Amino acid sequence: MRRLLLAFAAVVWAGSASAADLTLLNVSYDPTRELYADFNKAFASAYQKETGKSVEIKQSHGGSGAQARSVIDGLQADVVTLALAYDIDAIAARGLITPDWQKRMPLNAAPYTSTIVFLVRKGNPKGIKDWDDLIKPGVAVITPNPKTSGGARWNYLAAWGYAQKKFGSADRAKKFVADLYQNVPVLDTGARGSTVTFVERGVGDVLIAWENEAFLALREFGKEKFEIVSPSLSILAEPPVAVVDKVVEKKGTRAVAEAYLNYWYSKEGQEIAARNSYRPRDPEIAREYENSFAKVELFTIDDVFGGWTQAQKEHFAEGGIFDQIYKN
Amino acid sequence: MAAIAVRRSVLPGFGLTMGLTLTWLSVIVLIPLAGLFLKTSELSLDQFWVIVSSRRTLNALKISFGLAFLAALVNLVMGTIVVWALVRYRFPGRRLLDAIVDVPFALPTAVAGVALSALFAEKGWLGAPLAALGLKVAFTPIGIFVAMVFIGIPFVVRTVQPVLIELDPEIEEAATSLGANRWQTVTRVILPSLVPALLTGLALAFARAVGEYGSVIFIAGNLPNVSEIAPLLIVIRLSEFRYADATAIAVVMLVAAFLIIFVVNRLQRWAQTRLPMH
Repeated sequence: MRRLLLAFAAVVWAGSASAADLTLLNVSYDPTRELYADFNKAFASAYQKETGKSVEIKQSHGGSGAQARSVIDGLQADVVTLALAYDIDAIAARGLITPDWQKRMPLNAAPYTSTIVFLVRKGNPKGIKDWDDLIKPGVAVITPNPKTSGGARWNYLAAWGYAQKKFGSADRAKKFVADLYQNVPVLDTGARGSTVTFVERGVGDVLIAWENEAFLALREFGKEKFEIVSPSLSILAEPPVAVVDKVVEKKGTRAVAEAYLNYWYSKEGQEIAARNSYRPRDPEIAREYENSFAKVELFTIDDVFGGWTQAQKEHFAEGGIFDQIYKN
Repeated sequence: MAAIAVRRSVLPGFGLTMGLTLTWLSVIVLIPLAGLFLKTSELSLDQFWVIVSSRRTLNALKISFGLAFLAALVNLVMGTIVVWALVRYRFPGRRLLDAIVDVPFALPTAVAGVALSALFAEKGWLGAPLAALGLKVAFTPIGIFVAMVFIGIPFVVRTVQPVLIELDPEIEEAATSLGANRWQTVTRVILPSLVPALLTGLALAFARAVGEYGSVIFIAGNLPNVSEIAPLLIVIRLSEFRYADATAIAVVMLVAAFLIIFVVNRLQRWAQTRLPMH
């Protein structure tokens, strides 16, 4: 009996050892599930070929702000790939990442960009052409909660930027955004949550979404059901990536974590981004995929808002402008 | 303490058992609940009131408690009929039916939720004919009601079943032989003996429906003020890192649930003293 128990324990112990040589945890924002399914497979096989070691990458997805707070609260992420720089800055402010993280990788540590577009039902029954149509009465707009979602904050800033350019003053922009949020029946916690609400639950007339989410919806649910409408003006979103220094030092995974993020800047990485409707940075691949992306005039967060720290403080912090206009 | 000392059994182990019981219940039940109250006490009374009386919170509580009560009532009626059929009659497939009653219990709530929302969606097997009649079930409060009825099914059945089994058919036969018609037998002889068990079943089905999260959120629309249940509002407040708000709503739900269970308990005691057959 004792020998049986010992044998059983040995088997369990051996079986519980990880199948891969290395494991990484990638804490990402909401819409990137499919992107990283692709990317992780490609990276794992490239890494295996180069170093002979197998690597398993575990994923976590959720609203960018909420994910950042999870990492701060102790989630052992080797790398974070979030929707905006401020969320990674928040993690760096707690000492988990070095403050100059954004300079450690090319292009402000953002290997791809994206923007904000509209997804509407096929035939565009409510005739949505631009941001102005979203504040019309009787139009139900779906967008996530800026308190938890990164995409939600890009959406908000894109709307604000448009209104500020059109009407010229911050006050008019505030009124515009307030009117917009009056038309929002439900705020989901992440960009993917909003997509599900719009697409699967059939709520709302227009979804303000990441460009990559909108294309994904067309791919998954069919072009016969939805169409993409590009606004006249939108914001250039630069979702950044970073290695979480504290965690990789503890786990000894710095080399593989850095290789993982650097893979984004290789031709294969850029190709994967473009294939999944994320705008690649590499000029060659960008030219190749030029026609797969909407032609939109873009402004950056620095242009209009003076950077993320300023924007977060003014608009999304406790008691900020979003709290003032949305009381629910 | 004196009463316990007087009734102390001759069997050894009282101290240890009592100690383990108290520790276990404290760790699992009392301390988390105390933590809830402690977190809420960080708010001033004004803040607490503002959170709890906000339109969205009140609507969420109304939806949760109101629909749970309706669902429990439906389960009371249907459950009684089901348990009667299962206990009093013999028919092929009776054991299978008996086992099926436990399915809502055994099924993981997320699985139940996905199944129900697929079934009642506009293109679903039941949703399509209902939509043709103009009734939208999925993603509306009706969907919440359906999910609550689903998960409450076993409670009334399983609570009443042992009591009904114990109820001797001879009593019914005696009533009939004394001249009672079927209606009188049911209302004066059978139901009164079942009332305590029925009330317990009602309370359990209600309590389960009020707290249900997994099966409901898939089929509910989750639109604030329209089809948002209180547990979902608590989760949303937590995801916004407004912990005090979340615990405030939780405390309200807890207190309300306690009150309702207490009332039902009193009703049961009353039923046991006043109604015949006991």
